[in-house]
Amino acid sequence: MSDVRIRHRQGAFTLDVEFSLASPWTVIFGPSGAGKSTVLRILAGLIEPDWATIAIAGQSILDADRGVAVAPGRRSIGFVTQQAALFPHLTARDNVAFGIRGLSRPEREQRVAAMLQLFGAEDLAARRPAQLSGGERQRVALARALASHPKLLLLDEPIAALDDASGQDILARLLALDVRVVYVSHDLAEIWRLPAEVIVLEAGRVTATGPLRAVLATQRDRLLQSLAP
Amino acid sequence: MDLQALGLTLRLAATTTLVLLALGIPLAHWIASTRSRLRPLVEAITTLPILLPPTVLGFYLLVLLGPRTGFGRLIAHLLGHPLAFSFSGLVVGSVLYSLPFAVQPLSAGFHAVDPALLDQARILGAGRLRILREILLPLSTRSVIAAAALCFTHTVGEFGVVLMIGGDIPGATRTLSIAIYDQVQDFNYSQANRTSLLLVGIALIALLLLYARRSGQEARHV
Repeated sequence: MSDVRIRHRQGAFTLDVEFSLASPWTVIFGPSGAGKSTVLRILAGLIEPDWATIAIAGQSILDADRGVAVAPGRRSIGFVTQQAALFPHLTARDNVAFGIRGLSRPEREQRVAAMLQLFGAEDLAARRPAQLSGGERQRVALARALASHPKLLLLDEPIAALDDASGQDILARLLALDVRVVYVSHDLAEIWRLPAEVIVLEAGRVTATGPLRAVLATQRDRLLQSLAP
Repeated sequence: MDLQALGLTLRLAATTTLVLLALGIPLAHWIASTRSRLRPLVEAITTLPILLPPTVLGFYLLVLLGPRTGFGRLIAHLLGHPLAFSFSGLVVGSVLYSLPFAVQPLSAGFHAVDPALLDQARILGAGRLRILREILLPLSTRSVIAAAALCFTHTVGEFGVVLMIGGDIPGATRTLSIAIYDQVQDFNYSQANRTSLLLVGIALIALLLLYARRSGQEARHV
């Protein structure tokens, strides 16, 4: 069980949320500007909130009251956004190996190969990001994020810029993994089939939580009506 | 041609460039990444030598390194000789005078690196030193080369600071720019012309190498 309570002010925007990550997959759904990405960046340790208590898999990584603030690299969190953010001067292999420390060289090479294979990217190992397509970059980025076996994987619209086939293939590979995922999206079609709990975020507040299809059914019906001729 | 002055000038420029890269890289990294309130002050101080007349900087350094200050006496005690009117003193003066030419391109280069890459490096467990060594520096090679070229050529051509701190001691502190001054004072214009052309050549070659490399890299990226 993971518990998250955050209060954070950024200019005129106020984020005030409290939720649990009880399911293996949790989708944070909401319109642009609702604060979804801010929540992920706070979870990852990239933004220091005004006040927060965050526990991942029972371990406190941020507790403003007790002065706990675990550094981003020690939170056991992987983070992949729409922009793959691969290191452009490194090959796909070296990108994946970047976050793996404390292993012998053969063990590290083995882990890198296994992670690339997991996302069907084993043939891309020697290429640099500039030589990869958007979908290939995302596969390498996911392999890199998961290489150190994080307890939590944060995905911020990871397939939004990809074609449907590539996006669905990546989602299928992710669903087959045994890792807790927080998935941010504002695209109902993209998340509809995910076996997930959903947290609906609007203007920095949680407005609904529960099983994804049950919670978002009304939104889907509204969307279908708007698409009807 | 004053070969002694040529050798001393090249040695001074090379030493100054190495010292400036060693100082400028961590300083520029701090400037590019800090949220400290001291940052504007540090930026202003490191940029100050661009605006200050070289003689002003040279004068204060001469006073600071001389026997009238505790610092100057301490340095003289530690080194066994005063820094003023020595090669080491010239290096100190040159480093301070050319500091902005190292820090400005380096911090601009570090600023230009996509922050998303630095975020990823942090999440993947890299500390500040590893991020500098494995991400920022490899992605800022143009800036490092630009800083080195600017520091070298700027030091080769400096006059005021060198004259104030080092005087005009042949083989010890007389650089090419001071040799030109001496030659003009002696009405030896043909010699001054040859020495001046040498300085123009050094600066031009350094800049040509810099721009040729940049042009080649840009062509590969198109």
